[in-house]
Amino acid sequence: MVIGEGKPIEEILSMISDKKKLLVVGCKGCVTVCSAGGKKEVEVLSSTIRLARAKDNNPIEIKEETLERQCDTEYLVLMRGYINNYDAVLSLACGAGVQYCAEMYKSKIILPAINTNFVGVTEKQGIWTERCQTCGNCILDRTGGICPITRCAKSLLNGPCGGSSLGKCEIHKDISCGWQLIYDRLKELGLTDAYEEIIPLKDWSTSRDGGLRRIVREDLTL
Amino acid sequence: MRAEYPASIRIVRVPCTGKVDIVFILKTLESGVDGIYIVGCEEGNCHFMVGNIRARKRIVKAKKILETIGLEPERIEMFNLSAGDGVKFVNIAKEMTERILKLGPSSIPRNAVIMEDIEEAI
Repeated sequence: MVIGEGKPIEEILSMISDKKKLLVVGCKGCVTVCSAGGKKEVEVLSSTIRLARAKDNNPIEIKEETLERQCDTEYLVLMRGYINNYDAVLSLACGAGVQYCAEMYKSKIILPAINTNFVGVTEKQGIWTERCQTCGNCILDRTGGICPITRCAKSLLNGPCGGSSLGKCEIHKDISCGWQLIYDRLKELGLTDAYEEIIPLKDWSTSRDGGLRRIVREDLTL
Repeated sequence: MRAEYPASIRIVRVPCTGKVDIVFILKTLESGVDGIYIVGCEEGNCHFMVGNIRARKRIVKAKKILETIGLEPERIEMFNLSAGDGVKFVNIAKEMTERILKLGPSSIPRNAVIMEDIEEAI
């Protein structure tokens, strides 16, 4: 899922300093699961904003809302009836949700309340880690289900590099060497022969450097 | 025992301090109260295993939130005591009352409606 975390409250307060009526909108998708932008976070953030503004004798009116998702128009459209009653929208969705909200409501100021960090997993309650860099050309079949693009600091396709020591990466003693993880996993699976195979140059055209990426499924389009 | 705690304190009963969410604390402050303290069982004695540990972590987080918006974090506190320790309960009530009196009234205006909403939610 997409993992995010709340922006510092000072930054949010500065964004809305001139606003008197604010619509705070959460998302029940990924950001609810990673406790960054769900119903509860909407309540906590709204309450914090109201307290900060009341303290400065500059009260603010807030409507709290949490949509099923903010990356789908059928849910965004539900705000049509009341969005114009507010000076701005503070969205707790991921970057995609914030942008899609802004695309639908072109005359409205849409502000981000969270930073979108990565595609990852819930390692433990309250701890999330990255697993995928959405390169668009998956090679997990060759690397024992461990992604070298994400787990190796250099995103090496054939590793490890000389910076790997005792299973750790040279960039930090707490970060495992991605290629050590891959080798250990392949060994467990009895697939060390696969490790010997050189992974050829990767087609990065599916990754982030080619502008907006798009998927069209003719079988699904209307 | 006949020990008395200050009359300025209003008790909100919860099944376990683990029920106390950050949003209850913030909304209670929004109602204009001058301070809040959570009284849980001794750590290690929670009937629900970790309710009071969770409450403590939430209080820490709530204090940080108050700090960032310029409200005194001392207005919130967590205490632990045994259900049978009435004397300690009274002492805590007096200690917290003294602390709040020193801090003075909250800068947030009173709003009785919010308090009623919170009690209903709990």
